[in-house]
Amino acid sequence: MNFVEHVAKQHLLVPAGVAVPKGRLADSPAAAAEAFAEIGPCVIKAQVPTGKRGKAGGIKAADSAEAAADAARTILGMSIAGHLVDKLLVEERAEIEREFYAAVLPDTASRSPLVLFSSRGGMDVEEIAAEAPDTFRRRPVAPGERFGAAEARDMLKGLDLGGSEAEVADILTRLHRIFVESDAELVEINPLARLADGRVVALDAKFTLDDAAAFRQPDLAAVAAVENPTDLERRGAEVGLKFIQLDGNVGVLANGAGLTMTTMDVISHFGGRPANFMEIGGEAYTKSETALELVLSNPGVKSLVINFCGAFARTDVMAEGVVKAWQALKPTVPVFFSIHGTGEEEAIALVRGELGIEPYDLMEDAVKAAVEAAR
Amino acid sequence: MIIRKHHKVLVQGITGKQGSFWTEKMMACGTQVVGGVNPKRAGETHVGLPVFASAREAMAAAPYDVAVMFIPPAAAKDAALDAIEAGVKLLVMLTEHIPIRDVMAVHEAARRRGTRTVGPNTAGLVTPGEAFVGIMPGHNPNVFQPGRVGVISRSGSLGTLVCLNLTRAGLGQSAFIGVGGDPMVGTTTRDALEALDRDARTQAVALVGEIGGVMEEDAADYAATMRKPVVAFIAGRAAPPGRKMGHAGAIATANRGGYASKRQALEAAGVTVVDTPGEIAEACGRGLAHGQCGAEQGSLSMEA
Repeated sequence: MNFVEHVAKQHLLVPAGVAVPKGRLADSPAAAAEAFAEIGPCVIKAQVPTGKRGKAGGIKAADSAEAAADAARTILGMSIAGHLVDKLLVEERAEIEREFYAAVLPDTASRSPLVLFSSRGGMDVEEIAAEAPDTFRRRPVAPGERFGAAEARDMLKGLDLGGSEAEVADILTRLHRIFVESDAELVEINPLARLADGRVVALDAKFTLDDAAAFRQPDLAAVAAVENPTDLERRGAEVGLKFIQLDGNVGVLANGAGLTMTTMDVISHFGGRPANFMEIGGEAYTKSETALELVLSNPGVKSLVINFCGAFARTDVMAEGVVKAWQALKPTVPVFFSIHGTGEEEAIALVRGELGIEPYDLMEDAVKAAVEAAR
Repeated sequence: MIIRKHHKVLVQGITGKQGSFWTEKMMACGTQVVGGVNPKRAGETHVGLPVFASAREAMAAAPYDVAVMFIPPAAAKDAALDAIEAGVKLLVMLTEHIPIRDVMAVHEAARRRGTRTVGPNTAGLVTPGEAFVGIMPGHNPNVFQPGRVGVISRSGSLGTLVCLNLTRAGLGQSAFIGVGGDPMVGTTTRDALEALDRDARTQAVALVGEIGGVMEEDAADYAATMRKPVVAFIAGRAAPPGRKMGHAGAIATANRGGYASKRQALEAAGVTVVDTPGEIAEACGRGLAHGQCGAEQGSLSMEA
């Protein structure tokens, strides 16, 4: 789950004691002008849960109430990476002296939270990491291990922070605590700025909640950003299916993320374009009827591949759902099956008997036929 | 992490629907299951096996080497720590969607105790003709047959497909190691590759990877040192771009983890990378035939 900047700042950074610039939310040009009256010279920022807002034109400076209203008028209603802008953060314009970068994320190599810091932050920090790796510090902190001011200072050794070492070390310990206590998948401050008056503040904030831990973080889950899925994707999410609508014409229904991705790969390999990704993993295999309805509701679908390989998932149960959906919807698109693994004999007999369709032995052949049929 | 017939196995969550179903399948394949755990039903007998209150209690009454978890995500951490404290040697975590913080805590406990973990989100381990633990169709002879190819897979469904193809090609499997679909797993693709390299019965390896993470890149470093032929398929070439972990993910992995990065690393290590899963068995067959012709040039012989 993602969060917009303002929510990440107010619900995570501020309670943890990390300073942020003074700011107010606005949802209209008039509200932006009002906020200017209170804050003064400011930066107006689109509140959408995605990066590269500045490059998309979603961040503008304003030196007057009129300029603030104008900026708000321009940014509100913009679409940034598929997100409609309906809220702005009007934030005091800080006089920046230095920009740093700080983040905590899970590290697969050490299987621990990794504290990441660079004495050079801001835009294009990925390029900085490649060009000036010596400005970066990485410290895995094992679960239960202490990460206090001393450990953070130790991590920062050798970096020139212009005298802000103590403040930065303090912020890193707080960021680490946020990561652990709030079940984060990522917490990132870029830039973390040293201002002309010596304060070190978070000018931006990114927080991602581990979806698997949302059940024990209800307060955070309640303020997560609303994603903007298509109608079909929303219907999928409502029944617990991860459905992503694509612009191709070969519909895909397979079990397990690995086999689904592979089916899409093979469609591309034979010159076709997949119309969707759909994850039916674990217990969700029993939802094949709903899953098929979703795949077929996509108007772009010209043919369909149904590829089952049952391990945990029972192909007979999945085939039963497919047959039910097929008989209810009576679709006219051609469908090509490949069925193997747990329950395959019953599944193949069902498809043959109820739909009069003979499954292909090799998935490659089923896919080839579907790509051909979609042309 | 190759499961053997002499291994004694404990099933955590044995009384559930899936726990019961798969325990019977495992036993039918020759797996020595010594008992199960459910604190609420301790003292009972289930599917003919004793049920214990905890993995620790089970260890005292019926010692075992391997524990396999049929436990929902919210309870997974406690169950895993129970088995680790009990002194299990190998812990197989089938559970998907365990919170990352809990996963890290389990890995840390396992590291301190010297426990080998597989998963989370693994489909399990199969050694055809010997034993299996997990949720793979180890009992289906169309899929699994004793043979010469070691299979490593992050995905259960795709792993099943590859094993099926190997069986049809008459090659069979020496062992299947499901490393798991989670981003942070206890046994990596490289660990599995090393184990199969050491395994006398394995003559070739089929490595089934996926986009995301850098396990395939890390495994490539080891594959470069191997004499046994390695064939790889990486799923996700045509997948829509997924969630990116902001800048941090890219910085932490130095922009590795995509399809191109994995394919390049594996090919540079002399691994044959195929475009469809159907080609895996054929490529393994070619690699084995070449090996038997007396070519002693390690995995580079795969280029022929």
